[in-house]
Amino acid sequence: MTLSDILALFFNPEIAAKTSGFLVDGLWMTLLLCLVVIPVGALGGLAVAVLAALNRRWLNVLLVIYVDVFRALPPLVLLVFVYNVPPFAGYRISEFEAVVIAFLLNTSSYYGEIFRAGIESIGRGQWEAARSTGLGWWQTMGWVVLPQAVRNVLPDLVSNTLEVAKLTSIASVIALHELMFAARSAQQLTFNYTPLMLATLIYFVLLWPVVHLLSRLEHRRIAAG
Amino acid sequence: MDRFLFTFFNAEVMAEYLPNILSGMWVTTYLAAFVIVTGLSLGLVLAVLRSALSQKMPAPLSWLTGALRLSLIFYVDLMRSVPPLVLIVLFYYGLPALGLDIAGLGATWLALSLVLSAFAEEIYWAGLISVARGQWEAARSTGLSFLQTLIYVILPQAVRLAIPPLTNRTIAITKGTALGQVVAVQEILYQAYSGLSFSYNPSPLTLGALAYLALFLPIVIVGRWIETRFAWRR
Repeated sequence: MTLSDILALFFNPEIAAKTSGFLVDGLWMTLLLCLVVIPVGALGGLAVAVLAALNRRWLNVLLVIYVDVFRALPPLVLLVFVYNVPPFAGYRISEFEAVVIAFLLNTSSYYGEIFRAGIESIGRGQWEAARSTGLGWWQTMGWVVLPQAVRNVLPDLVSNTLEVAKLTSIASVIALHELMFAARSAQQLTFNYTPLMLATLIYFVLLWPVVHLLSRLEHRRIAAG
Repeated sequence: MDRFLFTFFNAEVMAEYLPNILSGMWVTTYLAAFVIVTGLSLGLVLAVLRSALSQKMPAPLSWLTGALRLSLIFYVDLMRSVPPLVLIVLFYYGLPALGLDIAGLGATWLALSLVLSAFAEEIYWAGLISVARGQWEAARSTGLSFLQTLIYVILPQAVRLAIPPLTNRTIAITKGTALGQVVAVQEILYQAYSGLSFSYNPSPLTLGALAYLALFLPIVIVGRWIETRFAWRR
């Protein structure tokens, strides 16, 4: 195989021009998925962490089971399960719904663990001081503890958000028309790998700034000791 | 309730597909083990290399080390920003076209190892630079060479710091073995999925989910313990 063959197979400008519109359609769906799935997962995780902070024993047992079970199941397994099982119970679930539900279960567990670590990093003194000024439990949580907690675990939150954004590519497995699905369809139609290279490039260009930001946040945290 | 049990926990269907799921568990286990070994060791090598390339050098040599350092950082950033599924599919279809015949198993192993090596490099590197500058200077002034300082003084401290984040990341990437289903690796999800299509009953999928829980739940719980045991000093 000569260099020009390789170029024609992997970096074919003609194929790139022909399939780029298709890939851009997929990109919009990927962005829409991120826009829905990230806030839903983060809010779910916040709920898990705040409920854990209530310190009710039976509730904490349930929350730990929830978090550990959904961290142990690979997201793709969860997605395949959520997509394929409801029809057997007589409910036809759309691809989008399946992705949102599977991602809620998976990402809320991860976000939940991060928020919990953040809340635990805030000393008792903050709680006692806030309560003694007359703030209620929920007010203390919302106005005093959470803002500091989020700041303490910001790098982990960004890191998890990056993972969730990358994870949306598994929606291609249940044929949701996002970027990865578009790239694979284009590859199968053209018998050429350029669409896959293009998708790789799009993911890289899209997410590299986040990776870069993350490196800086992590290094700053280490420098702070 | 009977219908629910018949649909999701159908003993007959489960018994039929149990051997397949068990063989899938074996594939998942050894694939995961290979990914962990290659990913973590390549990550360590890269971090040490980056540390060596970051040393002060005289002018012409420093251009070379600078260029190498930048390409190493580019590799790490690339592997951290592209979804593993994209890499698996790209390797599975693309490498044979280059004359490198790599089965689904090889493509999944390679992609996940490279991704893990990139994340591990960042974590080891963060550990390396967090060991205070004075440690380097003190060790070098006692007559230890660069490599001796690294191995006997810096790495033991850096690796200890790296253990909790490394555990979490390794678990997350190891679960990515399920992505091999897409390129026909006969791991748990693949077996469960084909069981579902053949029997038209979701019990194999339930069984597959239980198999994943059996493999990964203990690891997640150990990871939780490690996290408190080796907690980051703040």
